[in-house]
Amino acid sequence: MNVRYINPCVNSIGRVFMTMRWVDITFGIPRLDAFEGIRPDVSEMIGFSGDASGSVVPSFPKLVAVKDVSQFAGAELDVSHEDFADAVGELANMAAGGAKAEFDGLDVSNGLSSVITGEGHEVSPSNAHPQLIIPVKTPFDSFHVCVTMKIEKPAMAGAAS
Amino acid sequence: MKIMLVDDSRTIRNIQKNALAVLGHTDIIEAADGVEALSAVAADPPDLILLDWNMPNMDGLTTLKIIREKGLKIPVIMCTTEAEKSRVIQAIQSGANNYVVKPFTGEALAEKINQTMEKLAAAAT
Repeated sequence: MNVRYINPCVNSIGRVFMTMRWVDITFGIPRLDAFEGIRPDVSEMIGFSGDASGSVVPSFPKLVAVKDVSQFAGAELDVSHEDFADAVGELANMAAGGAKAEFDGLDVSNGLSSVITGEGHEVSPSNAHPQLIIPVKTPFDSFHVCVTMKIEKPAMAGAAS
Repeated sequence: MKIMLVDDSRTIRNIQKNALAVLGHTDIIEAADGVEALSAVAADPPDLILLDWNMPNMDGLTTLKIIREKGLKIPVIMCTTEAEKSRVIQAIQSGANNYVVKPFTGEALAEKINQTMEKLAAAAT
């Protein structure tokens, strides 16, 4: 996975946090790795297609998700709250929308986002796509952003792998 | 000024409502998609619409086009995660008066609303 497609993901997530969640975050070093070791309690999954296909999956421990979402929504939202999934999904949409706008030379469309809750669930993307894990530290705790991406546009494919 | 918020995310509508309340705008109506928005516009047209792009049932761009096809000149500000320049151009060409990319701050939203209303006021004089 080429850095030109990793940076937009990192930049966009940072922008969403700084603008809407009003919390400082720091990124760890992204690593190409399988997602098997990541066992989140809340995941936001947004797929994309077009010149590139794949998914962006921010994956949180429950505490981080609840704190972040409450901060974003301006009200206490527990996982069981009817607006929790809506708020998490909207955050994922913003992160994915910002990232795809920076995918230089690629016309990419986002799908509708899905929110998965369940203690210690497994995130299993297609093995056909390279998997990138971006660690993120918030004032509350850490979480991960799992990105899979395959360039479908023939002229760009060589630069992306 | 009556403002209509059209977004399938109730969280976003709440955030917009809070930001608008700070600016003194409390006459707010809400719609969760384009179909609801068109119905509300027909019943009681607002003075300004904040319109999301990606929504179920009817997306924002289609809604915007229908509003303009009906000859309605209600100012519309697209408020969306669609951040590419091509999308902004598409929306403006379809009749949007302004464009706010999510994530946004309350200040940015206020600036776009003021900018839009000032432009329309200047054009009317």
